[in-house]
Amino acid sequence: MTAVAPAGRRLMEGSEAIAEAAIAAGCRFFAGYPMTPFTELLEHLAQKLPDTGGVCINAESELEAVGMAWGALAAGARAATGSTGQGLSLMQESFSEITLAELPLVVFNMARGQQDYFQATRGGGHGDYRHIVLAPLDISEAVELTQLAFHLADTWRNPVLVYGDYLLAHTYEAVSVEPLAFPALPAKDWAVDGSRGGSGDSRLVTPLGLGKQGHEAPGIERHLRTVTAKLADIEREEQRVETAFCDDAETVVVAFGTPAKFVRYVVNQLRADGENVGFVRPITLWPYPYGAVADATARAGTVAVFELCAGQMIDDVRLAVLGRAPIVAIGGISTDGSGFGVGPLLDAEIIRDRVLAVHRGGAGVELPPLPVNERG
Amino acid sequence: MTTVKSRGTVTIDVDTCKGCELCITACPPRVLSMSPDVNHLGYRYPELHPGCTGCAACLMVCPDFCFEVFRFDEPVLTEIVDDAARPEGKP
Amino acid sequence: MTTEPTGPVLDTSAAPDHARKVADLKPDLLLSQEHHMCPGCGEPLALRVYLEALQELEVTRRSIMVAGIGCYTAFTGTVDVDLVQALHGRAPSVATGIKRMRPDAVVFTLQGDGDMVNEGLQEVLHTAARGEKVTCILLNNGVFGETGGHMTATSVLGQRTKNSLDGRDAEYHGYPILIGDLIARLQGAAYVARGSVHNAGAVARTKRMFRRAFESQLGNEGFSLVEVLTMCPTGWFIPTGDGPDYMHETLGEVHIMGELKVDGAVKTTEELHHENVARQREVEGALERGGLDR
Repeated sequence: MTAVAPAGRRLMEGSEAIAEAAIAAGCRFFAGYPMTPFTELLEHLAQKLPDTGGVCINAESELEAVGMAWGALAAGARAATGSTGQGLSLMQESFSEITLAELPLVVFNMARGQQDYFQATRGGGHGDYRHIVLAPLDISEAVELTQLAFHLADTWRNPVLVYGDYLLAHTYEAVSVEPLAFPALPAKDWAVDGSRGGSGDSRLVTPLGLGKQGHEAPGIERHLRTVTAKLADIEREEQRVETAFCDDAETVVVAFGTPAKFVRYVVNQLRADGENVGFVRPITLWPYPYGAVADATARAGTVAVFELCAGQMIDDVRLAVLGRAPIVAIGGISTDGSGFGVGPLLDAEIIRDRVLAVHRGGAGVELPPLPVNERG
Repeated sequence: MTTVKSRGTVTIDVDTCKGCELCITACPPRVLSMSPDVNHLGYRYPELHPGCTGCAACLMVCPDFCFEVFRFDEPVLTEIVDDAARPEGKP
Repeated sequence: MTTEPTGPVLDTSAAPDHARKVADLKPDLLLSQEHHMCPGCGEPLALRVYLEALQELEVTRRSIMVAGIGCYTAFTGTVDVDLVQALHGRAPSVATGIKRMRPDAVVFTLQGDGDMVNEGLQEVLHTAARGEKVTCILLNNGVFGETGGHMTATSVLGQRTKNSLDGRDAEYHGYPILIGDLIARLQGAAYVARGSVHNAGAVARTKRMFRRAFESQLGNEGFSLVEVLTMCPTGWFIPTGDGPDYMHETLGEVHIMGELKVDGAVKTTEELHHENVARQREVEGALERGGLDR
């Protein structure tokens, strides 16, 4: 008897699933520049968007890609761009200003690891701004979070970044891209379509806090305060987190994104072996679920942070824990020979050894050395 | 005495003028001159003399949108006492 | 010529009797005549005629403007069309996104030379190459006006600016870019013209260029560029009244007025020079006879 796939599920790589999810969410404009491991997302949208009546432009630079998305957003469309961390570095000025213009940009970082955490959560651009950052665990969650991204962006009129990576982009899974239902949102009356020309009430989409003659303009100071005041509301309402086994955990491990799936697997395994370890996975990297992490680690003797970088999310863990327990970094830089992809540290057994070392030896234990990739 | 024919005239919003004098040189019949007085911003502003043709060159070169331009139904004649040379070839 | 007018000062405070108005104070699409541009600034002259062109073409209810960053950014408060503010140099990509989502709109940018030819050179070239059906308007005064009169990629050799106080030197500063020539050579560009506002004749000619550019967009022919040389006496450190002559003798000698590309035919700036001389003579004659047909 052959297994039959449930209706609607199809084998596809993460990039394709995300592309379909974006289209399901109503995205009708995308612009991007090829860069590993983001390129396939651009390819899939280039193929699929025209059939929906949308537009996908292969921009000549990342800067132009985000500019085009800016225009499409200002015209009222759901629009997105993306790249990997390096390409997003180029877009930072525009990210800052798009946030001030209160445009609902969705950005995809198909990152080369987890070292773009600061760029994503602190913002690599100038000024007081934050983007909502969603970090999917796997392709199924990416399909949900991609659609959520467009909804949150429009709800708050603030950009949302989806933090993916090589593993997410290039792994194939059987996925069903189901359109999710979200609460209705007001019409975008602020969006430009030309129709108010000559009326005395024409529209202005600007980051600068200016206004048209005869209309009250906030001015730059008041405008900056208004935009940043929104951030406090987002912080209160949009935190998302997953926790497991923390009530009686001696050691709690914190991880995000695709590596968190490995960590969760390891924690489940260790629990089955009778070890009292716990697991916390922030799903929103901003707003970071400080309260949930604090609660989850309140009874722990040690907090371990696993991330594939030199240590960035660990700062937010420190802010949550506030010295109540020692915090140990058990991750590190690990990549493949090209620097784009997955390194040998992303291995359940190696992660298990590192978690156990801390669980048994405490915060001061010497960890096993980091594995070295094939280049040596 | 000289009879000067004005085919047109202008209104000048002197309070908006910033005294740039572009209109003075742009006026083909040279019938604009800067005032001896200043407006509330401290700028001298243009004053009109007889001989305007209503060509609107002043309006086209004014950065501050100070002019409106009119053409008379019938040219207006002004008698001017001759105590200065007139530019040759002008009415 | 310094002949003084004679005769009495006439009353210009109110509209006259027995006359018809032939030219309005300001375009309908400008909410207020007031602005903070310097005395003698050429930018409002270009602003007037392109707004009038939009009105005459009856596209005001589907016009979308994208503003760059420069002194002209202030016009975002008084231009009565739907408007999006972009970053320095980045208006062409924003215009692209708008036009792709709103293909029936007349989408145009307003940018300075520092904005378009320095920071945003790649953007405008790519937008033109792709043949995006938008119109980019370049206000070229050969300086970064808003920051105080610094050299740009269009400043001409010998031009004194705040960072070329002894004049632009080919060896140290390099040569100016004639952006119209670059764009005219791109297949996606349908209409490329260079105007100027140094006198009324030039302003009238520039208005016709704006009309042709917008008509080109309405006809889906491709990308259009209208460059306009504008006076910046503050950035040039000269008296306001000297602006037009100074411009005509410096920028105007290099960035020559004329249509560089129309109906598929491309002209070089050199070829424009010869046409321009002949045309200038014709316009001056018309003005002396008593007015242009507007």
